[in-house]
Amino acid sequence: MAKQMHDTPMLDQLESGPWPSFISGIKRLAKDNDIAVDLLGQLETSYETKKGYWKGGTVGVVGYGGGVIPRFTELKNEDGTPKFPDAAEFHTIRIMPPPGSHFDTKTLRNMCDIWEKYGSGLICGIGQSGDIMFQGCSSANVQPFFNEINEMGFDMGGAGPAVRTSMSCVGAARCEQSNFDEGRAMRTLVNNALDDLHRPALPYKMKYKVSGCANDCMNAIHRSDFAVIGTWRDDMKVDQAEVKAFVENKGRKYVIDNVITRCPTQALSLNDDDTLAVDNGNCVRCMHCLNVMNKALSPGDDGGVSVLIGGKRTLKIGDLMGTVIVPFHKMETDEDFEWLEELGTEVLDFFAENALEHERTGEMIERIGLTNFLEGIGIEIDPNMIAQPRTNPYVRMDEWDEEAAKWEERKAQ
Amino acid sequence: MADAPRMPDEIGVRDIQEFLHPVMKKNYGNWKYHDRPRPGVLHHVAHSGDEIWTVRAATSRQMDIHQIRELMDIADDFAEGYIRFTIRSNMEFMVSEESKVQPLIDALTAHGNPIGGTGNSVSTVSHTQGWLHCDIPGTDASGAVKALMDEIIDEFTHEEMPNRVRLTSSCCQINCGGQGDIAINIQHTKPPKIDHSQVGNVCERPTVVARCPVAAIRPAMVNGKPSLEVDEKKCICCGACFPPCPPMQINDPEHSNFAVWVGGKHSNARSKPTFHKLVASGIPNNPPRWPEVSKIVKQILAAYKADAKDYERIGEWADRIGWPSFFEKTGLPFTKYHIDSWRGGRANLNASAHIRF
Repeated sequence: MAKQMHDTPMLDQLESGPWPSFISGIKRLAKDNDIAVDLLGQLETSYETKKGYWKGGTVGVVGYGGGVIPRFTELKNEDGTPKFPDAAEFHTIRIMPPPGSHFDTKTLRNMCDIWEKYGSGLICGIGQSGDIMFQGCSSANVQPFFNEINEMGFDMGGAGPAVRTSMSCVGAARCEQSNFDEGRAMRTLVNNALDDLHRPALPYKMKYKVSGCANDCMNAIHRSDFAVIGTWRDDMKVDQAEVKAFVENKGRKYVIDNVITRCPTQALSLNDDDTLAVDNGNCVRCMHCLNVMNKALSPGDDGGVSVLIGGKRTLKIGDLMGTVIVPFHKMETDEDFEWLEELGTEVLDFFAENALEHERTGEMIERIGLTNFLEGIGIEIDPNMIAQPRTNPYVRMDEWDEEAAKWEERKAQ
Repeated sequence: MADAPRMPDEIGVRDIQEFLHPVMKKNYGNWKYHDRPRPGVLHHVAHSGDEIWTVRAATSRQMDIHQIRELMDIADDFAEGYIRFTIRSNMEFMVSEESKVQPLIDALTAHGNPIGGTGNSVSTVSHTQGWLHCDIPGTDASGAVKALMDEIIDEFTHEEMPNRVRLTSSCCQINCGGQGDIAINIQHTKPPKIDHSQVGNVCERPTVVARCPVAAIRPAMVNGKPSLEVDEKKCICCGACFPPCPPMQINDPEHSNFAVWVGGKHSNARSKPTFHKLVASGIPNNPPRWPEVSKIVKQILAAYKADAKDYERIGEWADRIGWPSFFEKTGLPFTKYHIDSWRGGRANLNASAHIRF
């Protein structure tokens, strides 16, 4: 039995209703866990005053510089003692899940057993960072908890100005729209950068994310500095018998309204015999028609990836989407994965050396210009990198002839 | 002498193959198509002819170990011993026989985990930590999300929206919740209140000065102590100075409130990915159930559901009908704050004679 529960009239109102309640979960823990009892006390106070009461600090494990999110209570009595002493230290430990967050039950049960010994018992299965987060650990228990999790075969995630824990979609494991081995690509990028993940020493965070197609289920283009998006360069596969079956089932109007006219580049046409004509040279692999006519249309066989750089959220200059730096690269052989690993290293190294403090990759590129960035990482320009050419004449073009000659040279290759 | 400390085994990310359901492992990279027999259930068919059914269940995101153990019992007894978390904190259970689907659904439903979030539904909200754990939160996303999903759970368990709806919520303007078809985010409206007795002790002042997007912060001596001052006319109340300098208190129990944004889209399907756009603000930060937030979200969802064409996401719908119609159909007020004044903001003005009458 744990200590007596605090009154929580506000939190209690989050126990009713059909949606699963995190408050009911914490209360269950509070039956035999004092950390959870005092967490509820502090949280109820926040609900009353509309203020947060956690401050950061420095807590870690031997050998690593990051991965623990320290939280110390600021809710104190007049004599300086914490109002809710058993939750006065409430650190989160970020652990990297397998790619795609696939688990067997034994692994999660083992994690629960270890966490029960050392922490509050509260787990966030997947945080915004992609980690499995163990929430509510005292400073003293961080090291022994991590030791056991690490001995079980799992490693700390990223935090602070470091390479961060990555995410990859369900992908090849259970999706017909996968264009490469997403889990392997994600693991390749992260495991190549573990020193920068575990020992934060970068200008700011660096995120790799991996989606198997342009549906971008991992939100990689916007939410990562380095987005790997699956695509293909041969023709999409069309099973015309299935197309006909789809048209028969849904009707021509439905197909025209929801498939043909929804193509962003007008690359589709419905033939008189209810088969589909595809202008593959003008298809941008947006995935819409494949999503709708899932059984009839599939990605081509010549799969690979596009790489987009520089996505981020608001701070400091406003939101940025990642932009294309590699329109296509095969992602099949060991050499292809080595290429990805090297590109990851190039971008990371350039970022580490050239970004200002607290500047994300996208902001750095905004400051120095894409061409300087490309030169720095050794990638040649490509018209797939732009939405449209520049619209103003404010640029020196002294070396136009040389640059035009380079284009002709590349074209000849 | 003390024992040498244990050094970490720098394992990194594990191989996905070690954790896959056997049918997924066997057919890795060889899936043919999928359909959805009912909301909340995916049915994937491999080129080999193998099939797998996935049941998607909502969770509370922050879960207690007892609940996780019970869900693992369900995964062992009714599924085949494997689960995965989706990016929106749903838990997916996989079975290789169709006959196992309904008993699995029954077990999860009985346990209190609604089944849904697939196809054209409103899936679980992707959200932040809030008062529960964050050091800079203006609110508690978990609570606001729980209260909202209680009210719109039918849209999670059914697939009746024009297209999928992705909701997000964030407890500060950094917006860890991310882009959403509808994003519910804290918006500060007053400059930080500065505890000048603390700034010199706990803040690296040049770092804080550099962090401000509008150069409104400068070093100053206040009451004989080194501190910082804010040009309140320039300040945009974004809170960027607060994380590196906690004495610059941006959270204001009275004046920090919610804003709602629509039209964020990560997918490249049809249109290119888009950022969400401000549609409502000044919504009270009103725990424990934030009814004003839920009301506006439901208003937007109702207008979208009634008016959008199949496969239009909320942003695509607004683009087609035009923003004047959006504000008319949702009943939300249009204000001067909707007109973008940030750098590059002119790109968000109507530079054409395209006007609907």
